[in-house]
Amino acid sequence: MFADIVRFFTADPVGQAILRVVIILLECLAVTVPLLVAVAYMTYVDRKVWASIQLRRGPNVVGPFGLLQPFADGLKLVLKETIVPSSANKVLFIIAPMITFTTALVAWAVVPFSDGWVIADINVGILYLFAISSLGVYGIIIAGWASNSKYAFLGALRSAAQMVSYEVSIGFVLITVLLCVGSLNLTNVVIAQSGWFWNWFWLPLLPMFVIFFVSSLAETARTPFDLPMSEAELVQGFQTEYSSMPFALFFLGEYANMILLSAMAAVLFLGGWLSPIPYAPFTYVPGVVWFCLKIAFLLFVFSWTKGTLPRYRYDQLMRLGWKVFLPVSLGWVVITAAVLQFGGWVPKL
Amino acid sequence: MASLDRTARSFLLTELVAGFALTLKYMFKPKVTVNYPYEKGPLSPRFRGEHALRRYPNGEERCIACKLCEAICPAQAITIEAEPRDDGSRRTTRYDIDMTKCIYCGLCQEACPVDAIVEGPNFEFSTETREELMYNKDKLLANGDRWEAEIAANLQADAAFR
Repeated sequence: MFADIVRFFTADPVGQAILRVVIILLECLAVTVPLLVAVAYMTYVDRKVWASIQLRRGPNVVGPFGLLQPFADGLKLVLKETIVPSSANKVLFIIAPMITFTTALVAWAVVPFSDGWVIADINVGILYLFAISSLGVYGIIIAGWASNSKYAFLGALRSAAQMVSYEVSIGFVLITVLLCVGSLNLTNVVIAQSGWFWNWFWLPLLPMFVIFFVSSLAETARTPFDLPMSEAELVQGFQTEYSSMPFALFFLGEYANMILLSAMAAVLFLGGWLSPIPYAPFTYVPGVVWFCLKIAFLLFVFSWTKGTLPRYRYDQLMRLGWKVFLPVSLGWVVITAAVLQFGGWVPKL
Repeated sequence: MASLDRTARSFLLTELVAGFALTLKYMFKPKVTVNYPYEKGPLSPRFRGEHALRRYPNGEERCIACKLCEAICPAQAITIEAEPRDDGSRRTTRYDIDMTKCIYCGLCQEACPVDAIVEGPNFEFSTETREELMYNKDKLLANGDRWEAEIAANLQADAAFR
């Protein structure tokens, strides 16, 4: 009986297909569940970091050190009533947060957690990430339009303009990295950085790393670029009319996006799963631990930024995107290409 | 040269780095917040919190129904009705304070000739219904019994300045 089952899954083509689907589903779960827990605790870390910057304590009542606070908040959101405004476009209103949440999750398919630990090891990984992060803006625009509220609409307009502007410079940053790697496969991007931690691309491409980080702040609408939801003027921007589960989906999607962009920065500039010192005992630590540590560091910088900087004015935001980042990143693409070409360092494929 | 200096500064993000260093430094400073409700801040003896009607040590209530507090109350939160008691002494039959009207100015305790109505040190008397904030004589006397030790200590601490 047992042997039959094993034979069905190993020999029979239908069984093999089923087995593959099951394995992929399990892999997706293995990424999604830790990611959602990470999102929950990211909100906690955010609040703790802001609190300590402001000499406050932050959440400390629910559970030891307030560690259960994210779950209390989540439970509260789930138990609230979902209010759909009567003037809203109901279908789009409900779909919009789902789009944001889904796009934030599907991008993780190509992120290499360790050597070979990747759900889809495709050769256009970077393009895929870039495409998915561009799709994320649809959720926001649809939310703003479907809410039929002026705050939501203005927030969505700002968000769209901002994300489009900063995606341009992110594109050039990606091109620079591609020039140095010679491959669009994220695993190859990491392998190309192997060596000591100063071999990782953050140092050779330092200006690009800074531009990428700042642009990812703008992509995720975090301070100093949180104009889409600047509460002083726009209440909560495109989230104004949302409550309960749809709001929670936006919230999760936003934080998942933040973690995703940190993971991208870790893969592109901080050597992914590589250990900073390429010798034992550092190489005994599993790659996924190094990867998570790098993401955690970048996320801490995200919170730190929010605790430090005030909000940009809208024209300042546009000026930075189009008149500073775009020329600098474009120039750096040309310089990198020239150095690689004339220095004879063009990567061999 | 000045413009070169400015450009270098803006490209090297010196101001940003300085700001980030400052916030990082603050992150490790001791917290200034009080961990309420486990810790509480100090209160002055003159703190004007929840009202209480006091008694003499023999258990007799102090209030003589002179209605000075009712007269002086700027929010008109106090309602008093009085008639002579069986032993001939003048006492209140009704002493109500509408805590939703009260502005905690302390004029009632200043007006009181016998230190009967006082504002005690209790500030944690929130309720879930509005009606619970309409205090009657029983509630006020119960407050007085509950907080007598603190109130007496406060009155004594402040006695030299009255």
